[in-house]
Amino acid sequence: METFVQQIINGLVLGSVYALVALGYTMVYGIINLINFAHGEVLMVGALTSWTVVTVLAGLGLPGWALLLIGLVAAVIVCSLLNFAIEKIAYRPLRNAPRLAPLITAMGMSLLLQTLAMIIWKPNYKSFPILLPGDPHVVFGAVINNVQILILVATGLTLSGLMYLVNHTRLGRAMRATAENPRVAALMGVKPDTVISATFVIGAALAALAGVMYAANYGSVQHTMGFLPGLKAFTAAVFGGIGNLAGAMVGGVLLGLIESLGAGYIGDLTGGVLGSHYQDIFAFVVLILVLTLRPQGLLGERVADRA
Amino acid sequence: MTRFADATRQQKLVVFIGAAVLLCILPFVVQTAGNAWVRIIDIALLYVLLALGLNIVVGYAGLLDLGYVAFYAVGAYMLGLLASPQLTDTFASFKNAFENGLHTPWWVVIPLGALVAGGAGVLLGAPTLKLRGDYLAIVTLGFGEIVRVFMNNLDAPVNITNGPKGITGIDEISIFGVSLGKTQHFFGLEWPKVTNYYFLFLLLVIFAVIICYRLERSRIGRAWMAIREDEVAAKAMGINTRNLKLLAFGMGATFGGVSGVMFASFQGFISPESFSLQESVMIVAMVVLGGIGHLPGVIVGSLLLAALPEVLRYVAGPLQQMTDGRLDASILRQLLVALAMIGIMLSRPRGLWPSPEHGRLRAPGAETPPTSQGPGGELPVKLPHGELPPARQIPPTTGHIVPTER
Repeated sequence: METFVQQIINGLVLGSVYALVALGYTMVYGIINLINFAHGEVLMVGALTSWTVVTVLAGLGLPGWALLLIGLVAAVIVCSLLNFAIEKIAYRPLRNAPRLAPLITAMGMSLLLQTLAMIIWKPNYKSFPILLPGDPHVVFGAVINNVQILILVATGLTLSGLMYLVNHTRLGRAMRATAENPRVAALMGVKPDTVISATFVIGAALAALAGVMYAANYGSVQHTMGFLPGLKAFTAAVFGGIGNLAGAMVGGVLLGLIESLGAGYIGDLTGGVLGSHYQDIFAFVVLILVLTLRPQGLLGERVADRA
Repeated sequence: MTRFADATRQQKLVVFIGAAVLLCILPFVVQTAGNAWVRIIDIALLYVLLALGLNIVVGYAGLLDLGYVAFYAVGAYMLGLLASPQLTDTFASFKNAFENGLHTPWWVVIPLGALVAGGAGVLLGAPTLKLRGDYLAIVTLGFGEIVRVFMNNLDAPVNITNGPKGITGIDEISIFGVSLGKTQHFFGLEWPKVTNYYFLFLLLVIFAVIICYRLERSRIGRAWMAIREDEVAAKAMGINTRNLKLLAFGMGATFGGVSGVMFASFQGFISPESFSLQESVMIVAMVVLGGIGHLPGVIVGSLLLAALPEVLRYVAGPLQQMTDGRLDASILRQLLVALAMIGIMLSRPRGLWPSPEHGRLRAPGAETPPTSQGPGGELPVKLPHGELPPARQIPPTTGHIVPTER
């Protein structure tokens, strides 16, 4: 029972990170039908930026939460600018190119960001300081620490904020219109380029938040750290139904739960043949199953016929 | 410039013989500068083989496969298990059955590698048939990762793949008693290992090119391209899209499997590290950068991406000193590949050397192709209103339907 609750907590925390990143994928895919392969790398840049800021400012004697906040703000700013630039330089010129071209550029961009990060921050693992010390709290026999609580709360707030933005503001309406049909939206006075840029910036801010929290929770940062969360977040987006915001959230949280429960119990279930190091394949097995059985995803409406 | 296709038979023959002679002399010339250079060519040839295989899947059938390296791994690990001390060390029963160690000969291993990888390709293709485009890309990517995770972890509870440490001591291929791994002497020339393998790889690449060339012009090839351009229309024309897509996956995987076998025997050592996603991305990049679906383009693309970064190693030394050790050869290589992927796609979205027909017909404002009876041409006979022309007078099209891009 304690293991179960513990795995649920871990799953929710991991799922929150996936959900935040998945939103970036799903918004971009919904509007310009592109898998932004570099999105996971944005998370990585966010985490590394905040690490730099936090370690540089550590000597000032600021309290941990203030450091974390400053690191987060810096990460959000850097990532937003970065993603804005990526879209402008690498994706915009290819909007009417053959479909594979932007995908290849996206993969190239992912590789480029990883390499640049390796050059700037060096390839070693760096430990992220513990900024919110304090004894872990016990819930039903399982433990949860301050950072994990913060992750759950921050994710919840951000997601509701995003839902409000998309459903009740002018920009949100423009985004939905562009996703529906960019040409008609343009005729109605929406500027698709602005909307697409805004989408990339919002996605980057969410990824930066996810990156900082991921780093704070797992305590280490490195230039390859964005790859797997990015890939799994995309899986989560597909799981929930790509292009659908609520779907990305549900998909992210579910995927996090499946992974951590799976990793927690696979050893017992298979009599020790497969261990928790198989955690990474759950996401892909889920992905293959979902796409085979329900290609439009859990909450997707559209039949996957637009490729 | 006269196009190659318009050249006479004799001219073509001259070109072919010239190329053949050049390719045969090449390793012996390069050898004088050091075997390391021949080795680079060998690796580049392996990549050509891989890219040709992926080109069947991505270029002809239009199925974006990001897990292609999994088949490469399947081939490599198959040889690794069947021709190294790995299995005999792990299982006592194997040790008893093969007293001299497990040494499977090449004429078993190569077809078996092709078969196993092809089977894996069909196996992967089966559940993904319904998917298209980006979804397919991500599922194949997941498949590649699953294979890698298994390779990494199948050292416990039973040690099969030896985990991250990899398999060592893989046999070199020996043909009719001549070991390709040892330096041989023929015709008064020295044939070191890299040169022996050069000829083996070259033969395989030529064989692969012939297969691809014939496939491209066959009923199957045309059906694949029809599926690529519009799957629904292809289906409506009576093409069995399911079987053909499976066939494309299988054929592509076969090439990957054979390359894997070659890689394992050439290196003598394999570990999961060689089969990372980056490798898959690299192969896709070769196909797409060169010119997707166009054989010469694919070959040029793979040679460029495989060989150029190696050459840069020699530039990297001083650069590394200048930048305080931050820019070493492998980082520089990654940086260049990444920049090439972005830069070439931005400046030439169809690749460096795209298929000519496509470019000509698709480019906006391009003149109609110089055929007398093209789609834009006039009907050969004027008919009275309301009467259908006799069937044989309907002008044939050039065979290329202008696809509608979204």
